Amino acid sequence: MTRRQRRDLWLGLAFVSPWLIGFVVFTVYPVLASLYFSFTDYNVVSAPRWIGARNYTDLFADPLFGKTLYNTLYLAAIGIPFSLGLSLVIAMLLNNKVRLQGLFRTVYFLPSVVPAVAAALLWRWFLNPDYGPVNEFLWQLGINGPGWLADPTWSKPALILASLWGVGGSMVIYLAGLQNVPVALYEAADLDGASRWQRFRFVTLPMLSPVILFNLIMGIITSFQAFTNIYIMTGGGPSNSTLVYALYLYQNAFQFFRMGYASAMAWVLLAITAVALVGVFRTSGWVYYEARS
Amino acid sequence: MSRRNSLWNLVVYVVLVAGAVFFLTPFVWMISTSLKTDAQVFAIPPEWVPAPVMWSNYWRLMTEIPFLRYLANTVFVTVTSVAFYVASSAVVAYGFSRIKWPGRELLFYCLLATMVLPPQVTLIPQFVMFQKLGWVGTFLPLIVPALTGSAFAVFLLRQFYSAIPNDISDSARIDGASEWQIFARIVLPLAKPALATASLFIFIWTWTDFLNPLIYLTDDRLYTLAIGLQQLASTRAAAWPLLMAGSLLMSVPIILLFFFAQKTFIAGVSTAAVKG
Repeated sequence: MTRRQRRDLWLGLAFVSPWLIGFVVFTVYPVLASLYFSFTDYNVVSAPRWIGARNYTDLFADPLFGKTLYNTLYLAAIGIPFSLGLSLVIAMLLNNKVRLQGLFRTVYFLPSVVPAVAAALLWRWFLNPDYGPVNEFLWQLGINGPGWLADPTWSKPALILASLWGVGGSMVIYLAGLQNVPVALYEAADLDGASRWQRFRFVTLPMLSPVILFNLIMGIITSFQAFTNIYIMTGGGPSNSTLVYALYLYQNAFQFFRMGYASAMAWVLLAITAVALVGVFRTSGWVYYEARS
Repeated sequence: MSRRNSLWNLVVYVVLVAGAVFFLTPFVWMISTSLKTDAQVFAIPPEWVPAPVMWSNYWRLMTEIPFLRYLANTVFVTVTSVAFYVASSAVVAYGFSRIKWPGRELLFYCLLATMVLPPQVTLIPQFVMFQKLGWVGTFLPLIVPALTGSAFAVFLLRQFYSAIPNDISDSARIDGASEWQIFARIVLPLAKPALATASLFIFIWTWTDFLNPLIYLTDDRLYTLAIGLQQLASTRAAAWPLLMAGSLLMSVPIILLFFFAQKTFIAGVSTAAVKG
């Protein structure tokens, strides 16, 4: 190593040192400690006691654990396609040259920046079965509206409905992707006499597929970690119908002080997330990558 | 053809308007509720126009709960976090882009990996650590980690720094400028747009953060707006005018920020996704 190279190594390390310290203290050490805790019985007050894999075996015997997995996967499996589809449709519509385009974009995007606590309180009140406007609207149509968040069969659809209010974030990402589609491709499709549907299917969709993949990955990550909106809207009820993974983990850690058990849950979550993401990448043959010149 | 096109445009327009109503109605309901009396809130069928208009609800919010204290706490935590995160990330991103050294790429992959690591994995040991330091119940667990930078901001700034031509720093080096001087006097001023984008996003994240204050702020004098509102919702479940007034006031800074910085905002979202 020359003197110059050695100097650059030290300089580089000096510049990244704030992050490097944080990485060791707030990521590497906690990850290792969490793995260790997951094999112990630990309530913060007394020292962790090694119990081998018992947290993990307990977890798979815990009926609530299965319930939270089901709830989380339900919300992901139904919620993600709805939100990806809806935001794509809105983005496609807004990408047309319509009057008041800027205003529409603002209207659709704004709800996604409303703080989660405020949005959750608002939707709890908006969906109130007796005093809220949603059921009143349904009543006008002659439909007797459901109990929404208060009814175990409707609580999960209600959460999905409320979350669709915030699709503006992925919509903006789609819009950026749509603006990157070369106009020449559409012109070529028009020359070939492509219909509106064919233009969408054979030009827009392939060109947009990397962005769809990005939104899908973000959707999986955020829905596996969903916490704040559910904590405030239902607290996991009624009858645990909305008790999701992150909420049950929080309860175990900070309400029941079962830190070892909660750590085991965190590692199972990490494994599930990893499996889901690997699965998505393995089956991402539908994503079209433009040859990079 | 043109008749079909104008029909299509009409359909697009109608769908867009209908959708806009769906997205705006909850806002209207929030504003309307915040101005109702405690009794009108429970009218059947629900009423949209507050009568009488209770501006005093906002005054009640300030006096019946320590709303202004929560606001001050939130402002303090948010402003400190933004300053810490952006300052440290600006320095770190320089080391990841403008200097070549062995191991740089490997460490950068580690940084990217932290972005997809579920926070639940590090949450418990971090809590135990802060507990042992005696920091639980203070602002320290919320603001000290900000000194070590944000992976997202480092990523964003690194992209931006990398696009600055090397000739500029090379000629400064020949003139005898130190690496720190090149960073502070040349690169940093050029990176203002990226610094603005990073600040904006970190501001929103800390302003709206719920989980961290929930875990670390045990003393109600230190509550942020997110926790204060949740506290109000759990102690006075029927106080919908106050809850909606509080939710609205908590949202206003973010909404204003969005209107003033719409371009920065949308540019930031798309850089992260399309180029990243």
